[in-house]
Amino acid sequence: MTMYRPDGPGPMRVPPELTSLNREFWTGGFDGELRIRRCNACGKWQQPAAARCRGCLSTDVTARVVSGNATVAAFTINHQHWSPTATTEPYVIAIVELAEDPDVRLTTNIVNCPPTDVRIGMPVSVVFEALADVALPLFEPAR
Amino acid sequence: MEGVLNAIADAGLTRDDIDGIAAFQIEGSAGVMEVIDEIGLNVRWFANVGIGPSQISAIFEAMMAIETGRARHVVVFHSSCEGTVRTTLGKGGSMPGSATAMPQRVSGPTEWWMPFGAPSAGNHIAMYAQRHFHLYGTTREQMAQIPIVQRRNAGLYEKSIYSTPLTMDDYLNARMITEPFCLFDCDIPIDFSCALVLSADDSTSGLRRRPLNIEATSTVLASRPSWDQFDDLTTMMLRDVGADLWKHTDLTPADVDVAQLYDGFTYIAMAWMEALGFCGKGESGPFIEGGQRISLDGELPINTNGGQLSSGRMHGWGYLPEACVQLWGDGGARQVPNDPEVAVVASGGGIFAGAMLVTRS
Repeated sequence: MTMYRPDGPGPMRVPPELTSLNREFWTGGFDGELRIRRCNACGKWQQPAAARCRGCLSTDVTARVVSGNATVAAFTINHQHWSPTATTEPYVIAIVELAEDPDVRLTTNIVNCPPTDVRIGMPVSVVFEALADVALPLFEPAR
Repeated sequence: MEGVLNAIADAGLTRDDIDGIAAFQIEGSAGVMEVIDEIGLNVRWFANVGIGPSQISAIFEAMMAIETGRARHVVVFHSSCEGTVRTTLGKGGSMPGSATAMPQRVSGPTEWWMPFGAPSAGNHIAMYAQRHFHLYGTTREQMAQIPIVQRRNAGLYEKSIYSTPLTMDDYLNARMITEPFCLFDCDIPIDFSCALVLSADDSTSGLRRRPLNIEATSTVLASRPSWDQFDDLTTMMLRDVGADLWKHTDLTPADVDVAQLYDGFTYIAMAWMEALGFCGKGESGPFIEGGQRISLDGELPINTNGGQLSSGRMHGWGYLPEACVQLWGDGGARQVPNDPEVAVVASGGGIFAGAMLVTRS
């Protein structure tokens, strides 16, 4: 698995605090895996990571590997310079719906394409960018 | 303090009449304790209230305190020095995103967007707006009518921050912040204080002001309180608040004479128009096209004092006072000409929202 590396400074990024609940999501990318928690009792996917299934309230919830395929549901091209150390170039913030269940969505960035090429409904697939001890799931146009 | 004392005096009351007090307390705002102590109040009920279900939750809480007999006259206030904080502490002040306030790690809800260069609510609301544009053909020229019309109103309001007219060219040529939002789609941080007195129905005789009636309120939350997991990425929590409000009154959207709609970002005011039923879902773009309908002399005048876009970010606290001014007919140059009897006040909208109908009793 090749990690995504931006050419220059990327968007302002603050890494998450790792916990027992979110660790698999935020570190799975180092193994090339997007991991989402799923209820073993009723099959419902969980996002954000939670200890209990919000469908059936079971606590039998574990992380599963998903395909990494998704669809752009919403996006914005950000121009505001939020941090002196961040890129001054426009970048895309998006909400993507996972192929496994469109009700499970991630806020992310779309990379490896010009911002103006991004469209709602566009198929995308996951790539990971290392940030300290986490691997951020970003998305690029599906090949 | 002065705002609280002014509100009490304006109501025709003295501090001895005030038996309740509540404030919206967030970082950098004044709480009730210092006000109670400084002006020597003796209260039977008091509360510092946070942000759920909306920024004006303290007002909803105060209403319940009155309804349950805990207090008769409650002064509610919010005071903030956000403008000073942001201009004196460098770019962005204590905003998430500023170098001075940047946390090393994030946890809780923010962990799902701060790693992706999306520190502002504007980033999230912009995505909702973009999806609305995509699904319904809404345009920036349509959305521009919100800041253009409100800027015209602000020119008639002595306390506005920006009062010079805004043209379509100004809007279309403005610096982009987060598409489709440009500079003029975003409100402005200011220093402010706001105070109001709420009184029990049976305690209004002898008041200096003609009492206004809070006819209905809603604060429902019927989907997930999350920017990205909410079931419809064009509507937000305001969708359910807007629909629920009408279940508590015989009035209908057609009865509303003036609307004070949260406008921290332009699109939120448009989403409120749809949520409250002033137009159909997806129709807010054509509804405001040209701007006439939402102008002071239109069928649905909005944000008659310029709103947060032109008169500053009062964290949702500017709308109810402006509704009262209009219902009292005290708007002066910015008074709507239709002798308004019913106003709607909508606060927040995204992951928290609340609305109320205010009428001349």
